[in-house]
Amino acid sequence: MKALRWTAVTFAVPVVLLCLWQLYAEISQNFYFPSPLSIAGVIPQTWLEGRLTDDVLPSLTRLVIGYVCALVIGIALGIFVGTFRRLRLFAEPVFELFRAIPPPVLVPIIMLFTGFGTGMQITVIAFGSVWPILINSIEGVRGIDLTQVDTAKSYRIGGLRRLLTVTIPSAGPKVFVGARQALSIAIIMMVISEMFASSNGIGFNIIQFQRLFQIKEMWSGIILLGIVGVVANIVFKLVERRMLRWYVGMQTLER
Amino acid sequence: MAAPATSPTTTIRLRHHAKRATNLEPLCWGLAGIATLAVLLQFLPSSGAVDPAYFPPLTEVLGALGELARTSAFWQALGATLLGWSVGLSIAIVAGVGLGVIVASMPTVDRLLTSTIEFLRPIPSVALVPIAALLFGTTMQATLLLVVFASLWPVLLQVIYGVRDVDRVALDTARTYRFGTFRTVREVVWPSMMPYLIVGVRLAAAVALILEITGELVIGSPGLGKLIALAQSSAAVPMMYALVLVTAVLGVVVNVGTRLLEGRLLFWHASVRSEVR
Repeated sequence: MKALRWTAVTFAVPVVLLCLWQLYAEISQNFYFPSPLSIAGVIPQTWLEGRLTDDVLPSLTRLVIGYVCALVIGIALGIFVGTFRRLRLFAEPVFELFRAIPPPVLVPIIMLFTGFGTGMQITVIAFGSVWPILINSIEGVRGIDLTQVDTAKSYRIGGLRRLLTVTIPSAGPKVFVGARQALSIAIIMMVISEMFASSNGIGFNIIQFQRLFQIKEMWSGIILLGIVGVVANIVFKLVERRMLRWYVGMQTLER
Repeated sequence: MAAPATSPTTTIRLRHHAKRATNLEPLCWGLAGIATLAVLLQFLPSSGAVDPAYFPPLTEVLGALGELARTSAFWQALGATLLGWSVGLSIAIVAGVGLGVIVASMPTVDRLLTSTIEFLRPIPSVALVPIAALLFGTTMQATLLLVVFASLWPVLLQVIYGVRDVDRVALDTARTYRFGTFRTVREVVWPSMMPYLIVGVRLAAAVALILEITGELVIGSPGLGKLIALAQSSAAVPMMYALVLVTAVLGVVVNVGTRLLEGRLLFWHASVRSEVR
């Protein structure tokens, strides 16, 4: 009974919206807004036959590689820079300047260096999304409880062990804040790099469909991007909950 | 907290001294950092470490910027970008606050809309580029659609958290004293929502700028992004860097500006007070 009510409450508004859209499309026959059913109808032949391996997979691979590069570089550099106060003061304004560049304008620049292709796209994704991770990691290291640092010092916990047991866990929550911002930038960069200059990928296909006025196919691509976004978000939340379990527990205790 | 042995005057003097030292030091190191970056940008290309054709030295970029600044096209583009950004952000803020207050203060609406919001929010806003381009062509409205969609979510979510965070006791007290709805909103809900709202606006302002310039770059609506795309296609490399530099400065101004605004409006709030100390 409870599950039934949950389902009803969760899906009521989406279902109503979809029905309204369907109804509107049937009545108005608006060329730009085909009905959801007809969009769903073109999904199999548009995406499942060939494009899944030729376009969707390359897109997602580039996204994952670029994002992981940004994570590794951002966290490592952030913890290093954050540990030394003067280095942090020296580097932070420069990082802020880079972060302030709207990431999509990097596409034409990076294209100059790497040309046209997968290398460019991965670089663009990594370069665009590294800054929030980097800056938040620095913040996280800076915000470490001084008592913890002193305790670690007096117990002579140093070097790698202090890094693993004190620095990284206390910077963790901040790092995740940065990683979440970076995730949405990474997806934006994936799409933009493909729309701007590519010969395959989800973004490339959507723009092709738009230019050829294949409206249903274009909508199906947009929906696919939406699904990518939602799934990436869910995966992120699961990882975050797992890795920050101690922190979430602590927060609920403190409330 | 204060050392018990020192007299009040020395404490004050010490604190004063410490404050001045900490105020100047980050500035010096920060300026040194920026200066190092500038030197690198100047001498990396001329030393041959990177190809000057791809990466012109800073002086050349600044020269191109000087030339740009004399053209009216540049100022028109800058104006178009700022206009699109501010209009889009304003729409997102108004819509986000209105919707957020409704969602958070009516439990039924909240339960009904949560799933829809959770599904719509992670959709990458650039997914709307083709629809916007089809509906509006290369006009400002096309980009505006992207900007509003992208910057609505941070405002909306922050407002929802903020309204939920209202102190129950304060609300009950207001009810006991028979505050009307208006007065309750103004004196109880608003102050507890403000810090959240301002964080939302700060996030939204940065996102709106990104989407504004992205829209101009990809769709070709008027603005700095369009000029960047034009410079790229005509291989005017120094001019492209000059324009990117302008967007970076815009980004910094937006970030710093919203931070200052936060400090101004929330001077009474603990988060700001502890930062100033």
